[in-house]
Amino acid sequence: MSTLKFIVKRLLISVVILFFVALIIYVLMRCLPTSYVEAIARQKSMQPGSKSFEEWMAQLNAAYGMDRGMVAGFFHWIGQALRGHFGDSWFYTVPVTQKFRETIWLSFVIGAIAMFFELIIAIPLGVIAARKQYSKTDYTISVLAVAGISLPTFFFASLLKLVFSVHLKWFDLFGLVGRNYEQLTALGKLLDKAHHLVLPIVTLVVISVGSLMRYTRTNMLEVLNADYIRTARAKGLSERKVIYRHAFRNTLIPLVTIVGGSLPGLFSGALITETLFSIPGIGLTSYNAMVAGDIPFSMFYLTFLAILTLLGNLISDILYAVVDPRVRLA
Amino acid sequence: MSENQKPMRPASEEAENQTETAQKYSLNDDRRVKVLSPGAMVAKRFFRNRIAMVGLFVLIAMFIFSFVGGLISPYGEDQLFYRTDVLRKEYASAIENTEFRYTAAEGMEFPSILQAKFVLAAGQKQPSFSHNNETYTVRQEGKDFYSVSKNGVLIGIAFKDVFSVSNPDQKLTFNTLFAGLKAYTGEQTSFTADGIEYTVAKDGLVTVGDQEFGYISRYVVQALMSDVFLTREFKDQAITTMQNKGESMVFTDADGEEHEYLFSYDPDTGKWTIRQETASRVYDTYSAPSAKHWLGTDRNGMDMLTRLMYGGRVSLMIGFIVEIISIVIGIILGGISGYFGGKIDNLIMRIVDVFYCIPSMPIIIILGAAMDAIGVPPKIRMIYLMLILGILGWPGLARLIRGQILSLREQEFMTATEACGISVRRRIFRHLIPNVIPQLIVSCTMGLGSTIITEATLSFLGLGVKFPFASWGNIINDVNNTFVLTNFWFIWIPAGVLLLLTVLAFNILGDGLRDAFDPKMKR
Repeated sequence: MSTLKFIVKRLLISVVILFFVALIIYVLMRCLPTSYVEAIARQKSMQPGSKSFEEWMAQLNAAYGMDRGMVAGFFHWIGQALRGHFGDSWFYTVPVTQKFRETIWLSFVIGAIAMFFELIIAIPLGVIAARKQYSKTDYTISVLAVAGISLPTFFFASLLKLVFSVHLKWFDLFGLVGRNYEQLTALGKLLDKAHHLVLPIVTLVVISVGSLMRYTRTNMLEVLNADYIRTARAKGLSERKVIYRHAFRNTLIPLVTIVGGSLPGLFSGALITETLFSIPGIGLTSYNAMVAGDIPFSMFYLTFLAILTLLGNLISDILYAVVDPRVRLA
Repeated sequence: MSENQKPMRPASEEAENQTETAQKYSLNDDRRVKVLSPGAMVAKRFFRNRIAMVGLFVLIAMFIFSFVGGLISPYGEDQLFYRTDVLRKEYASAIENTEFRYTAAEGMEFPSILQAKFVLAAGQKQPSFSHNNETYTVRQEGKDFYSVSKNGVLIGIAFKDVFSVSNPDQKLTFNTLFAGLKAYTGEQTSFTADGIEYTVAKDGLVTVGDQEFGYISRYVVQALMSDVFLTREFKDQAITTMQNKGESMVFTDADGEEHEYLFSYDPDTGKWTIRQETASRVYDTYSAPSAKHWLGTDRNGMDMLTRLMYGGRVSLMIGFIVEIISIVIGIILGGISGYFGGKIDNLIMRIVDVFYCIPSMPIIIILGAAMDAIGVPPKIRMIYLMLILGILGWPGLARLIRGQILSLREQEFMTATEACGISVRRRIFRHLIPNVIPQLIVSCTMGLGSTIITEATLSFLGLGVKFPFASWGNIINDVNNTFVLTNFWFIWIPAGVLLLLTVLAFNILGDGLRDAFDPKMKR
């Protein structure tokens, strides 16, 4: 089976899966007690200068086909969504896609920086731990990795705030920009933002570096125990060469697939971290929308996340096949 | 990298046993070899793993802390504690009257335009003023006390001393007011009004016979709380204090209760504020750790340590129940999928794919917010939370079990069971499932950790376990209040540490179990 055929097949399966995920999300939203939906619409209509309650309900019905049956309504909604019409956000009172475009890049930048640091911390440490298996270094790295995995995001973020914001006063507690942001030069603005992003990125890195580190270590160990490494050593190659020319390259195979698979995830935003630090990325934006019962935005965000997950799986599968020719495409 | 590389730690006892057996049996005797069942091997490997043992002990400690601790703790989960606090309530206000006050005679009008003209006339010490071609006569009746009449008819009076009646039900007639003020400002000792004889003391006390009627004073003392009636004694003492520019006084009321009153003067308004110091019982919130409350009290005035114990119960129980729900669904679907294979397998795996793609955290947040809006009771909410987490958590387990069964199915021992004519049910439950259990236990132990984190995160966001139930997450929730973050470490750090320790323990226990079950997998 050729690579192309494989990709097309996987794409088709993904589309089918996405269809059902969208269906479940839609049904779930429809199953929310209508009184709640109406309450939101009523609340919205109470705002000064807002549309009337009937208009809100009508808009809701039009956008989601609420007046139709479950199945018909779903097809109506998906038809609209395919054309890129996700409606207006109730919470932000702008089109959902506009709000999305405003916030997504910030989240992407945070995610990308965090991922960069994760990689340059996790891979070397994982390799070192594997090379010195059962040594003190190995145990320290392994325990730290598990500790990182076990750390609840909110607790770690609070600790960081206590130490660095409250006691050392190095960073602000909340927000993306400082108080005098408007008076800064362009470079100053950039630096101000960067300064405010330090703690969120540190949080993200520490929370997620552990699993990557363990993954690297496991794979490196597997490779180090392979026959060809024994051969390489038996040949009399230097340890350096054995590790970096032979072992590490092979460790990269699973790493590349897992990292490639997590690339789409960079767009999903860090829901908890952004909320804790009040960073207006897609995570905080959708959190606020979801808590406020903003159905148009929530539906959009859920569908978006599902697409990202599918895309991630797809990329890692394809990369796996591309990077490692031994893998038979099936 | 197998076990052999690790230095064995032969306990001295073991060594003795070995020498004994060596003497008894010849070298190639089978009895020299101690045979261990696979289970015992696993246990032996597990108990030798020091890190895993630490995890196990931490978990045992956590369980004892949560499930036994709640029983030992002298306090209840939502028992409130109080402390007495000295509160300064604004009790009364007093003002030295420097402006004229006006009262119209009965049946007469004394509008404000006339009042204004009167003030001008009085200021210039003129005996009369005119308004609308009418002439009004001003007569000084006493010190700061004037009467205004038109064509010889009294229309109103202006005064600075205030005549208050002791009995709030009694009405003060104009005649009494006029006569009383005239007597007081003219420094007379008695007056008659409406046929009643009144006596005026020098300090302004007005009496009818022995009965106190009221008093006249330059100070107006008013109660600020609607349910308070200020007694004459209180006002007298307050006025004396104010005249002496005192800052506080102690007053014993009719019930014999002693209170301290603090006076403060605002020169801008010329007003005195009298505050009463009262001891009130308030919730003992955010009290620092003490012998009575080892970890202090939380924002509701509940014992923190006890809350942590009950919170641990909730967090651990939710973790287990969610995991059980996931396991049941996962085993059934994964088992069917793996055992039967083919089309059924394909279908179930696509369902797994679909569920895998559903973003669980946002869904739970939305449902949590919806439950908030329709006001689901906290207990029902907890059940919903477990169901949702369980239903969203099974796909991973189903995949694991399916993969495992798929590979086991092809192995020789399964062919053997088939050849022996063992029934399908027995094959699945006696031969397949037990072989999956190790992976299942490992995966669930680690899953428990992440489930607990998920629950804690939700409770932290206020969308999971709700008050009055405690959960480690909703205890830390208070840290959203920056004041708590900064000042009250004992509110959130212990809960966070417990949470971290528990999840860490589950994770390293899972690692240890995996290594013990399958040393080949050890990495």
